[in-house]
Amino acid sequence: MSKGKKFGMYLFLIIFSLLSIFPLYYMACAATNMSVDVSRGRLIPGTYLIENFKTLIANQDLFRALWNSFRNSAVLTLLCLLICSLAGYGFEIYHDKAKDIVFTILLTAMMVPFAAIMIPMFRMFSKLKMVNTMAAFMLPSISTPFMIMMFRQASRSFPKDIIEAARVDGLSEVGIFFRMFVPTMKSTYSAALIITFMNAWNNYMWPKIILQTNDSITMPMLVSNLLGGYTVDYGMLMLGVFICTIPTAIIFFFFQKSFTEGITGAVK
Amino acid sequence: MGKKKFTMEKRHNLTGWVFLSFGVILICWTSFYPMIQAFILSLQSGLGVNLKFGGFSNYARILKDPTFKGTLFNTFFYLIIQVPIMLTLALILASILNNKDLKFKGLWRTCIFLPCATSLVSYSMIFRSLFANDGLINTFLRNLGMNPVMWFANAWTARFVIILALIWRWTGYNMVFYLSGLQNIDYSVYEAARIDGANARQTLFKITIPLLKPTILLTTITSTNGTLQLFDESLNLTNGGPGKSTMTMSHYIYNTSFVQSPNFGYAAAMSIVILVMVAILAILQMKVGDER
Repeated sequence: MSKGKKFGMYLFLIIFSLLSIFPLYYMACAATNMSVDVSRGRLIPGTYLIENFKTLIANQDLFRALWNSFRNSAVLTLLCLLICSLAGYGFEIYHDKAKDIVFTILLTAMMVPFAAIMIPMFRMFSKLKMVNTMAAFMLPSISTPFMIMMFRQASRSFPKDIIEAARVDGLSEVGIFFRMFVPTMKSTYSAALIITFMNAWNNYMWPKIILQTNDSITMPMLVSNLLGGYTVDYGMLMLGVFICTIPTAIIFFFFQKSFTEGITGAVK
Repeated sequence: MGKKKFTMEKRHNLTGWVFLSFGVILICWTSFYPMIQAFILSLQSGLGVNLKFGGFSNYARILKDPTFKGTLFNTFFYLIIQVPIMLTLALILASILNNKDLKFKGLWRTCIFLPCATSLVSYSMIFRSLFANDGLINTFLRNLGMNPVMWFANAWTARFVIILALIWRWTGYNMVFYLSGLQNIDYSVYEAARIDGANARQTLFKITIPLLKPTILLTTITSTNGTLQLFDESLNLTNGGPGKSTMTMSHYIYNTSFVQSPNFGYAAAMSIVILVMVAILAILQMKVGDER
């Protein structure tokens, strides 16, 4: 590669990386500055973090929102991984014609826009007296065609010999799944965990509809509420945004490598 | 022995059904069943809980509703401008990052993927305050001696901010899919092309794109689907404004069912229209993707 081309390549990467990080840097700086300074365009970390935090907890029930979001997302992720991996494994390992047809039908559910089903679902859950419950928040996202497809794809690389050997050793089918399949599919589970947790944590439309009391508020709803009123306290707003971003950023950094591996397994 | 084998197979078959039943039943309950309900609902008219059968009157109303046409235009405008730009950028970035001699690979990848860690509401807020009348971008323009722009007071500049925000948030996400796809392509193919004297553009069009076709198809379908369902950004970044000039279809459906006097029947009819559009586009894209 010529020197000029190499230079152009790195320049493109540097510019794109800076543009990707800049809004996040802005957010972190703004969270530590006074609202007026944020408007003035101050782009260095300030000393107003504690005050912003005090305003934030005086305005909104931050700890409840954090706890709700954590609890909802963690339980949802756990159930989703269990049920979708079981289904994906079931579709692939025991596959026959009938199961393949069922799988194709399931895939069409991917095309169903959420806007189309939110009204009937809201009415269904209100009939069942489940509005404002954690279960109503979780149920629509526990089993998704995308996740089942990901685990079905990944099960393809699971050696059939292991299953046969385990059967000869007298291990039950459920035992094979939990003791053989789950431990070997770590990277797929990590990728699924990142995607599900982030989606659950960031979900905004459905909780806005189904969780209507202040007690059940989640982080994205809290951030959205910060915009109420005529003047916006940018320092407080950006601190709220920052706090809402930390958990997903940590999960992302923690599982980044296995995420890429898991996706690679899924798009093969 | 033969009989035993038969029963074993039968038992395994049954185990498979039990394994997949939980997931399948849940999807039927929270996707297919509400879908049928939405269609039934779309044939009813009336406000709140006073619903009665109205035939296709809701669908007739859609054809005459200027707000629906406006939101339809906005959604497709975002789709047509944003998705191609984003996917092209993602593809270029992925093929650069796939280069063997590239230094600091992990650093670039992390930087570019990082926007995906922010929630949709969060990044809407970040862009909202960046482009606010007294926000950073306008301060910057003022310092350069230019006139500040009231980004959210004009329909086109507001749409521009939404598109920019979408590209910022999703390019890295799609890049990871391309990068994974590229890693499945044997590097020797590229070596051979280089020895044969192929330039970067030829390599991209003759090797990368054809071999990545399934991944490109996947990202195109998911991006189209996502853009047609755009909601959080419309609500939190511009609140549909000025007027209703940046409002998306999902946002309008939400307002029709939960903000103004609830008209579930009409909202359901609009949502069926979205469903049909998503399905048609997905089928079209699959058809195009299948051609060789």
